[in-house]
Amino acid sequence: MSATMTRPRPLRRREPLVRNHSKTLVGLAAWTVGLFFFAPFAWMVLTSFHSETDAATNPPSIAAQLTLDGYREFFGASTGASPWPALINSATASVLSTLLVLALSIPAAYALSIRPVRKWSDVMFFFLSTKMLPVVAGLLPVYLAAQNLGMLDNIWLLVLLYTTMNLPIAVWMMRSFLAEIPVAILEAAAIDGAGLPTVFRRIIIPMAAPGIAATSLICFIFSWNEMLFAQVLTGVQASTGPVFLTSFVTSQGLFLAKVCAAAVAVSIPVLIAGFAAQDRLVQGLTMGAVK
Amino acid sequence: MHKAKRPTGSHAAQVPRQRPGRAKAWATRAPLMPALVYMVIVTQLPFVATLVISFMNWDALRPDERGWAGFTNYKLVFTDPDMRASVITTVWLTAGVVLLSLLLGLGVALLLDHKFRGRGVVRTMLIAPFLVVPVAAALLWKHALYNPEYGLLNGTLTWIWSLFGSDSPPQPDWISDRPLTAVAVSLIWQWTPFMMLILLAGLQSRPMEIIEAARVDGANAFQIFRHLTLPHLRRYLELAALLGSIYIVQNFDAVFTITSGGLGTANLPYTIYQTFYQAHDYGRASAAGVVVVLGTIVVATFALRLVSTLLREEKTS
Repeated sequence: MSATMTRPRPLRRREPLVRNHSKTLVGLAAWTVGLFFFAPFAWMVLTSFHSETDAATNPPSIAAQLTLDGYREFFGASTGASPWPALINSATASVLSTLLVLALSIPAAYALSIRPVRKWSDVMFFFLSTKMLPVVAGLLPVYLAAQNLGMLDNIWLLVLLYTTMNLPIAVWMMRSFLAEIPVAILEAAAIDGAGLPTVFRRIIIPMAAPGIAATSLICFIFSWNEMLFAQVLTGVQASTGPVFLTSFVTSQGLFLAKVCAAAVAVSIPVLIAGFAAQDRLVQGLTMGAVK
Repeated sequence: MHKAKRPTGSHAAQVPRQRPGRAKAWATRAPLMPALVYMVIVTQLPFVATLVISFMNWDALRPDERGWAGFTNYKLVFTDPDMRASVITTVWLTAGVVLLSLLLGLGVALLLDHKFRGRGVVRTMLIAPFLVVPVAAALLWKHALYNPEYGLLNGTLTWIWSLFGSDSPPQPDWISDRPLTAVAVSLIWQWTPFMMLILLAGLQSRPMEIIEAARVDGANAFQIFRHLTLPHLRRYLELAALLGSIYIVQNFDAVFTITSGGLGTANLPYTIYQTFYQAHDYGRASAAGVVVVLGTIVVATFALRLVSTLLREEKTS
């Protein structure tokens, strides 16, 4: 990028800006925008700790008494419908698909960066292009195939689909992380007679560990968030957290605190994973194109 | 775009090029094959199937009438007013959300590029919306914010009006009055952080010496932005817009949750979902799928060209 930087046109001379004053203004503006964006989030968390009657007032009762009733309701205190099976399904699908993605993407990334196959960039584009195909267009054949194989409402189907969804991202990310490993180290290992498995175990995996962690977290987030496939392809057995969330808002009467508690509870794993990967989040989301 | 100190392309150059035997070439390819074969099977086969089904009469409720249909399904897709409406909705929704969140993201990134007290806190607050599960975010907006009786938006209006002694504040029904905007705003809220993160990374990779030099030469903040920052950011803006479009064009959760596709908010993913899930007309749903794929290929070709320039720059930088 910097190589393409053209020299700026000559600019007129001016007095340098007074920087201290503008610094306070910038801080003020940033805090205002930040709070503005954070407000719905904060409101969600606050409402989740309110009672249903306090949650449904107009104007809002910000200082109302806090209670855990919303969360108790979410965990099925009065209906007996526990969210745990759905949450466990979500966790299973997300974790297993992430592991599968890693197992497939790390060797692939090796063959695309450290010892690249011929036409490696074509392969990269094949992976990327699959990410651009609309998911809905493949929904029907997947549904029919699953129906014929008896895999509807089966968590393994989601594992396979989430692997498909995340593998291109992971290949791109892992490639950018493996490309950071200095060649000299790999060459030294080769001279010392280390075979490929040793190189993987002793050099590549440890050196790319932060990258692998970031890739896993991002794959986990995308799988956990997914809803279209889960909605169409699961029923009772394999239903996931997001699907459970939508089924949650069927009851009549007041349910705002309960919905907010559910939204917070289901989002917690994503919030944890996201903030854990915060420093590498950009790199992950741009598939390694931005550091 | 890459700031990699050692470009990857050099791997190939530094490893002495022997004339690889066939076995050796396969040894190089072997680590790639599982991932590649898996992707080919799970992504290409379904599309072939979609293509075949799109030329068939296939209604799940009338399994006896299954047979070849020629181009009938395509005719239905192109003459279906719902389908056409959903194409327009998709374009508006995607373009609107991408552009607005990109602009907002740019503004926020420019602010966060400065040092001020509590910058880390503000950054964390800004990322939070992106880390709410999309369905949860849609539910939050629909019930806790847009609800005309006790949503936060109308609640705030009541509160502001009462400050001025008025007890008849406007209480719009946000979703019914502006359904598409309501969906778009919730998406902009979620995607602005994404744009902000990419653009902030772009801003922080600017060559500071040149900016310092321009400042010493007396360039003001706007001139620096216009002639140095913006050209540098161009690629980042393009990348953010491209990736944002990939995700937002496929959005299903927000439309499904906030309006259930009603009130003219049904975008393509939702419409296809509906054709398939409710009408059980497999042939027509597949034809719609094929049309969407063809449309996407046109857009994706431009997108891929952009990414390929990025990759080339990395090789030569």
